[in-house]
Amino acid sequence: MAITFDKALGIHEHALQARVQRAEVLANNLANADTPGYKARDIDFRAMMQKAQESVSGLQMATTHHGHMDTSSPGSDGELLYRNPHQPSVDGNTVDAQEEQSRFMRNAMDYQASFQFLSSKFSGLTKALKGE
Amino acid sequence: MSLGNIFDIAGSGMTAQSLRLNTTASNIANAETASSSTENAYRARKPVFAAIQQAMLNPDQHQGFGTSLDDGPGAGVRVEGILESDAELQMRYEPNHPAANEDGYVFYPNVNVVEEMADMMSSSRSFQMNVDVMNTAKSMMQRILTLGQQ
Repeated sequence: MAITFDKALGIHEHALQARVQRAEVLANNLANADTPGYKARDIDFRAMMQKAQESVSGLQMATTHHGHMDTSSPGSDGELLYRNPHQPSVDGNTVDAQEEQSRFMRNAMDYQASFQFLSSKFSGLTKALKGE
Repeated sequence: MSLGNIFDIAGSGMTAQSLRLNTTASNIANAETASSSTENAYRARKPVFAAIQQAMLNPDQHQGFGTSLDDGPGAGVRVEGILESDAELQMRYEPNHPAANEDGYVFYPNVNVVEEMADMMSSSRSFQMNVDVMNTAKSMMQRILTLGQQ
């Protein structure tokens, strides 16, 4: 069994990637906070992680026949979903700036956590190589 | 799809908001600019914002309008144009004014100063928000450079 980075790093690599993508989507929402008719969007982080987890653990359903249905939940392929606004505005914009900003901050914090995990994996590998 | 895109997105937001602030400044500065005819009178200027769709920038690669992350989540905001307000001009009877017409009337712009002040605060807040986003993206990027270091 070969040692690969994918196996050594586990889910954290995917998590970090998803965090970066989410940061971009949220930044776009914030930039368009004053654009008439703009609809706020987001990704389903949980569904994306579930899919990544399945691919890492290798426990996803095999599709060996063209009639087999995809069992992954909607949004797991990184589809951009629309947000349900709490207070729809007259100009059709559904961005709630304060909420988006708190989500962006939270996402940045989660990014740091994922980063820390990934970084620890690397330092663990280095330690193992050095045999200290 | 990377952190670098956030800089472009936040940058476009800052550009749009500063342009909005520019029009506000121009409107307030000209709030009391009198003129002798309706054609020459200053009218309040308003920018029109529109979202940039990444999928539209390279239509041969993508079919949709950014429904998936692969199409890109959009690329920020742009100013589509600047419109002049259709609101009615203020007509005042000031026969001693040097710009008064034959009937003694002068035309003042349709600038609503209270509205402009509210607009100014809104755009400055939005600008700040974009600066915050950019700062956060910067610290995220700096962090990734330290990956693997002890």
